[in-house]
Amino acid sequence: MMNLISKLIGWIDARFPLVSTWKAHASEYYAPKNFNFWYFFGSLALLVLVIQIVSGIFLTMNYKPDALFAFASVEYIMRDVQWGWILRYIHSTGASMFFVVIYLHMFRGLMYGSYRQPRELLWIIGMIIYLALMGEAFMGYLLPWGQMSFWGAQVIVNLFSSVPFIGHDLAILIRGDFVVSDVTLNRFFALHVVAIPLVLVLIVVAHLVALHEVGSNNPDGVEIKKHKDANGHPLDGIPFHPYYTVKDGVGAVVFLMIFCAIVFFAPEMGGYFLEDNNFVPANSMKTPEHIAPVWYFTPYYAILRAVPPLFGSQFPGVVAMGVATVAFFFLPWLDRGKVKSIRYRGPIYKVFLAAFVVSFVGLGWLGLLPATPTYTLISRILAVVYFAFFILMPWYTTIDKCKPEPDRVTSK
Amino acid sequence: MNAIKKVCMLVLLAVLPVLAIASGAGVQLDKAPLNLQDQASLQRGAKLFTSRCLACHAAAYMRYNRLHDIGMSDEQIKTELELPDDVKVGSTMQAAMDANSAKLAYGVAPPDLSVIARSRSADWLYSYLRSFYADESRSVAWNNTVFPNVGMPFVLADLQGEQVLAVEQHEGHETRKLVLKTPGTMQPAEYDGAIADLTNYMVYMGEPAKLVRYKIGWIVLGFLFILFLLLYSLKKEIWKDLH
Repeated sequence: MMNLISKLIGWIDARFPLVSTWKAHASEYYAPKNFNFWYFFGSLALLVLVIQIVSGIFLTMNYKPDALFAFASVEYIMRDVQWGWILRYIHSTGASMFFVVIYLHMFRGLMYGSYRQPRELLWIIGMIIYLALMGEAFMGYLLPWGQMSFWGAQVIVNLFSSVPFIGHDLAILIRGDFVVSDVTLNRFFALHVVAIPLVLVLIVVAHLVALHEVGSNNPDGVEIKKHKDANGHPLDGIPFHPYYTVKDGVGAVVFLMIFCAIVFFAPEMGGYFLEDNNFVPANSMKTPEHIAPVWYFTPYYAILRAVPPLFGSQFPGVVAMGVATVAFFFLPWLDRGKVKSIRYRGPIYKVFLAAFVVSFVGLGWLGLLPATPTYTLISRILAVVYFAFFILMPWYTTIDKCKPEPDRVTSK
Repeated sequence: MNAIKKVCMLVLLAVLPVLAIASGAGVQLDKAPLNLQDQASLQRGAKLFTSRCLACHAAAYMRYNRLHDIGMSDEQIKTELELPDDVKVGSTMQAAMDANSAKLAYGVAPPDLSVIARSRSADWLYSYLRSFYADESRSVAWNNTVFPNVGMPFVLADLQGEQVLAVEQHEGHETRKLVLKTPGTMQPAEYDGAIADLTNYMVYMGEPAKLVRYKIGWIVLGFLFILFLLLYSLKKEIWKDLH
């Protein structure tokens, strides 16, 4: 039997780099041995991507991308399709959990300086994934064709019409119509189920290839490749397989327990994962009193609302929102710190990072609430803090008093 | 680790006041006494729903024979819910009145009620159906404290009776209270019970899977927990030699 298997592998290996690929990316890919809690979220993001693709395929088999039938077909999935309600809740929970995981994954990067040289491109590819994910989530949210789907899309697409000169035509190009309509639903469906997932999978592969080229950072922010043994393996590295496959496996099961607890016991998550108003079919004649995007977009939405209009145009707010998302791309060049990891940074960076987290979470919360003068004032203050984190970074990372980095990684 | 703790504390400090501001305002809703395990209550609710609500509203995503979930047989559905001969048990719940005539009569098409418990909440339904009062200024002669200027006439008036809105001045405070003027065929507590059944049914109808969701959830979590124990001991075993 074993002989047969090794023969088969030999046959494949003569025609396809099976063993060498496995070695390069798993059994002989050396990862730092000191990964902590924060290093689970990369593999978890991959897990959620797979969950979303698989549950999405089955939903597509039963969903109808038609303004007349979309809402009813979702209820059909919830009631008449065998186990359809599980599919739908898995997919809706997955959408929110994707952002939970990605935000924690990005925060890990900020804490340990994972975007620093030589991982700039890895970070940039990751940011492209993040942007693609936002597009994917935004378009997917239109598909249930509820009131929040419709008006959320209406509000966001209208933002594009504030772009000077080309705005009006740009918005029509996106919608394919003068208002969000059946045409919009159809093109968002095409983009949501084919175009963006294809792009996502490709850039996720690129992200992994780039990661395995430069090697993982670690909580100490020191390069394990500086110290190698006689065989050329990093002294502080351990093969990804079996060490991290089994460790990430444990992380995946713990994550799935949380995931399933939401799916089975609180799929609406108090109205944050599935909004109450989205159980009302889309009605273009009836604007809801309060339109808020889903929670994962609200930090940017709060920034948009915080910026006062200029000559009656919302464009400055739209620009601020765009800059707020794109700012992450520049981190590798904004950060002038002598060390990567927060463990050896001085107090100034820690204060700025803490303030940034407060502003991000605070803006996220404010973006869910109706804009009152007090909330707008708080949003403005937090938006300033948000941008200060990036703009002042070259300054405060230079003057910060860092502790000396260790030569090798410290104990796990 | 210290830095993470600091970050968490700061986040909490920033978010807490906002949380406090966010809760508050709006109409005071009564808590609906729900129990999805109570099949008798669900069946009473289904009867009230099909006999009263379906006159004008539809529940177009709900099939009659789905009521097997709450212990009703096809025969019971046909007789107890008084299905017309031309309506099959496999069909969805359509309104007796067509939407256009309803719109002409009440100014708005009565909304579909399939998922109304999900968009409005159980507490809202429970409070709303107990908050109608006579109001001569309105064309339908009814108003509602939970849904001011509602288009719907109070079709359960024969059960509850007629309430009126009593506005009293107390040391500068205005208190608005609903008072039962003419009693109906039900005692107030009996009526509250009937509305509790109806709300219970509408919550079930909003998501029939809710009856099995929790049960399956515990099985899934149990399976994952065993898988966790196995994988965790495997991880321990594999990582043992590492130092």
